[in-house]
Amino acid sequence: MDWTQYLNPLMQGAWVTIELTIYSTIFGAILSFAAGIGKLAHNPLIKAIAVGYIEIFRGTSLLVQLFWLYFALPVAGQAIGLDLRLPPVVAGVLALSLNIGAYGAEVVRGAIQSVSKDQYEAAKALNFTPRKTLWRVALPQAIPEMMPSFGNLAIQNLKDTALVSLISLSDLAFRAEQLRNFTQDSTTIYTMTLFMYFGLALVLTAMMKVLERFVGRWRAGAR
Amino acid sequence: MTETGADTIIKFDKVVKRFDTFTVIDELDFEVKRGEKVTIIGPSGSGKSTVLRILMTLEPISGGVVYVDGDTLWHEKGGNGDLKPASESHLRKMREKMGMVFQQFNLFPHMTVRRNLTEAPTQVLGMPKAEAKQRADELLEMVGLTAHADKYPHQLSGGQQQRVGIARALAMRPKIMLFDEPTSALDPELVGEVLGVIRRLAEEHDLTMLLVTHEMNFARQISDRVCFFDRGKVLEQGKPEDLFTNPKEERTREFLKAVLEDN
Repeated sequence: MDWTQYLNPLMQGAWVTIELTIYSTIFGAILSFAAGIGKLAHNPLIKAIAVGYIEIFRGTSLLVQLFWLYFALPVAGQAIGLDLRLPPVVAGVLALSLNIGAYGAEVVRGAIQSVSKDQYEAAKALNFTPRKTLWRVALPQAIPEMMPSFGNLAIQNLKDTALVSLISLSDLAFRAEQLRNFTQDSTTIYTMTLFMYFGLALVLTAMMKVLERFVGRWRAGAR
Repeated sequence: MTETGADTIIKFDKVVKRFDTFTVIDELDFEVKRGEKVTIIGPSGSGKSTVLRILMTLEPISGGVVYVDGDTLWHEKGGNGDLKPASESHLRKMREKMGMVFQQFNLFPHMTVRRNLTEAPTQVLGMPKAEAKQRADELLEMVGLTAHADKYPHQLSGGQQQRVGIARALAMRPKIMLFDEPTSALDPELVGEVLGVIRRLAEEHDLTMLLVTHEMNFARQISDRVCFFDRGKVLEQGKPEDLFTNPKEERTREFLKAVLEDN
């Protein structure tokens, strides 16, 4: 077979990979902020939940998390009389988001803590509430600090989406494996697949750079 | 208020502040009258900045009572009239009375100059945006920075940033302005413009002003009273012309000799 004939199925797979990456990066970012801010909370319960979540999802394998959500959760649900079967897409996005969120939470926490004490004192002197200090003073300064790490995590997330092919989602890796089984043309197919992942990573890197520049537009040397 | 006279706006009553075992403020008694311009001078580590930080509620006290504008700052009256530690809502109410200018300016770097001035009035006082903007523009005109309203702090010189810092504090309409070494972080050629703004404030407004500074000539010109702090206490105080020309305490003489030679 000519390599151009692989393009169409691989592109279909790439589209699924793109969707998975976008959804799980967005949900992962939301989880990052929730858990990262939660870990800094004074309320011990909120703090415990955030710490527990971060440690569990950083300390276990993404593949096992994925299998657990897809294969084990429905069985566990059955035992207590609940239907917890998840469609593959939901299980995939959930596992990826929870995993990336746990890593992102540490990035968020670190960035918030890196905002100088002077800024908190200025906010206090102007009588900001702790909540407004976080949202209006600390986070806008912390977010640009997070961006390089978030960029790395987004790339990692893109590559991790390949794991969802193992729960029968027809992403780029799944399509590649399918074509290889069918044609045995491993070299061509996997070379193309590598380049496609690399191309996606380049696009993602460029997007994160644009975002980084946008959230840090007030910084010295930004323009 | 029974504890202080009507014309007293700040009173420290046997106030103690300890960091671990080190006593920074040692049973300090100190008063400021309404509208008075008081300068605090003294060697580093004498506790002079700590006095301002206690007033701005940035440092809690270890003992004694602080009164501001007829109310206790770090305490609240309990049901039986006893003093108990102040709640956050009491501290918030008390903080409204004061504004602070920091040595390192502490402007919000992610906001334009104008936003730095409108953010707290709109977010904290609930002032309408248009009113806050108008007030900000008036203040920027007062400190001579109208042309820089839409710039970010890092685009300004240190002197300009500190003038924004002063305007930002004034935007909250405080009764008391606290200046914590406002010119110490500035290059010498930029000190004058900041002192000029503070001087005009002192001359044209009935604000109570408390200023920690090493600018002795400036202190002499604008102060109603100069306090020499040493080891957490007021060692000597008086009218600037008396204290600077005829200090009574040996420590004061030594200090003035050292700083004036340095200038």
